[in-house]
Amino acid sequence: MNTTSKPLADSRVMLRRNLKHIRRNPVTIFNGALMPVVIMLLFVYVLGNAFNVGEHYIEYATPGLILLAITYGLAGTAVSVNSDMTKGIINRFKVMNVSRGAVLNGHVAATMLGSSVAIAVIIGMAFALGFRSPANLPDWLGAVGIIAATAFAAAWLTVALGMAAKTPESAGLTVVPLILLPFLSSAIVPAAKMGQGVRQFAQYQPFTPIIESLRGLLAGTPSGGYAAAALAWCAGIALVGYLWSRATFTKRA
Amino acid sequence: MSPVVSGACQGYVSGGADDRGMTSTAIAASGLRKAFGDKIVLDGIDLDVPAGTVFSLLGPNGAGKTTAVNVLTTLIKADGGTVRVAGHDVATDARAVRAAIGVTGQFAAVDDLLTGEENLQLMVDLHHQRASEGKQVVTSLLERFELAESAQKMAATYSGGMRRKLDLAMTLVTRPQIIFLDEPTTGLDPRSRRTMWNIVRELVADGVTVFLTTQYLEEADQLADQIAVLDQGHLVAEGSPGELKRQVSGSHVRLQVSDIVTLEAAAGILTGSTADHATLTLRVPSDGKAKSLRTLLDRLDDHSIDVAEFSVHTPDLDDVFLALTGHPSTEVNAR
Repeated sequence: MNTTSKPLADSRVMLRRNLKHIRRNPVTIFNGALMPVVIMLLFVYVLGNAFNVGEHYIEYATPGLILLAITYGLAGTAVSVNSDMTKGIINRFKVMNVSRGAVLNGHVAATMLGSSVAIAVIIGMAFALGFRSPANLPDWLGAVGIIAATAFAAAWLTVALGMAAKTPESAGLTVVPLILLPFLSSAIVPAAKMGQGVRQFAQYQPFTPIIESLRGLLAGTPSGGYAAAALAWCAGIALVGYLWSRATFTKRA
Repeated sequence: MSPVVSGACQGYVSGGADDRGMTSTAIAASGLRKAFGDKIVLDGIDLDVPAGTVFSLLGPNGAGKTTAVNVLTTLIKADGGTVRVAGHDVATDARAVRAAIGVTGQFAAVDDLLTGEENLQLMVDLHHQRASEGKQVVTSLLERFELAESAQKMAATYSGGMRRKLDLAMTLVTRPQIIFLDEPTTGLDPRSRRTMWNIVRELVADGVTVFLTTQYLEEADQLADQIAVLDQGHLVAEGSPGELKRQVSGSHVRLQVSDIVTLEAAAGILTGSTADHATLTLRVPSDGKAKSLRTLLDRLDDHSIDVAEFSVHTPDLDDVFLALTGHPSTEVNAR
């Protein structure tokens, strides 16, 4: 085993371990894949017709629901990262000379795979409920790019939050703001319709450009400005999450 | 009363393990210091553990045992002093140290959501062993630790004893030359404790060096070649189990007789003895050695005193602590 491929090999082993965890902990599957579907049914069937968003509500809501599919899966990651740090197994990995970043990389990769399952489910549901998109292939590829960048950034930030928490129980709570943020963006209703204060917050928080760029791409009318803002936010969040995780890892482990 | 045995380890000749390419000293520490904030946990510790032996660090909760293990196993950095493990400096060559050691901590570090077999396979994968060889290692360890039946069950369902066994099995996947066991039997039932002791003896028979921390004198007594007693960051005594126990006054012989006349007759001829009339027992101070016991029995025989029961009492950890430190082991130091 040469030194360049060891971090990659270790990360792969860690990813396999984390995927087994996800499979054996049905609660994380429920949160990650089913909750967004429940919310989708609630908003599209029960509340959607009451909102006047200027278009078919399912088309308006789908980009935001895709983000919910990412954020609802994060609590499991935070708890799982924290358990690794607090339940002693991290010392075993350290004494075994496991590559420094492998534990973290494994969590990020597993979180992104979990997100893609939840996103596939929500997009499938959207089509089943009447979602139609005039987007062409480049638009779809752009949308996949934005979604992947968001999932990547959210995963690193969650790993950092999970590492920073004292106990697994409190780690699960640290991601609650991340789960609530999409509701205070243009995900469910346009920011312009919100009250004073909330409206300004919704306009300038990271999820709004992410959702608006996604909405543009899926509607076949991509907006370069929103996309650039979305990618800049994702890069910034991912970087902060990565550096914070590494710093906490060095300090705690 | 502070009978400190110093230098008891020096000059000890190691028994084998040189054929494994190790120096005769497995662990050497000098002037080891570690503080957390203003709390000094280790205050100048010297250790010398010959390869192929069992060394036990004995001390009550909070004595600094786990901190010592963490420093020796590269998990935390010392504030001062030097430590060489398997011939490598832990501060400058942690990687080489890690390649030679295995650690089983105080709390079983197993993955609860993986099965016993998967936990072992995880170690094989991280050690980058060949797949065929790895499979064999997993199977043989499951059998050796009597875990084969539960191999397909999640570790979360294991009992405390099974978790410890799995933990130790995981440590052995990498075939370490030196194994650190941090309180391996704390919280285990007597049967699991004996199983663990047998496993440690097998490891030593294979030439492995074992560094064991414990709060039970009996455990150190059963397993260790050398014992060091740690108290509030200082080594207060070192020596073989026998040497340590002899440091402690309180060894005595207990005689049970059948009536009060015999009791008083015996008390009359055995100087320094104390009679308990209620239980018809006589407590006689003794070093517990064969020679003095024979003298004692001969004396009883000469006076035709019939003894119903005869037993030799050696001190336990509490006696040792009281004698060596002036305070009982259970006393929690709030410093």
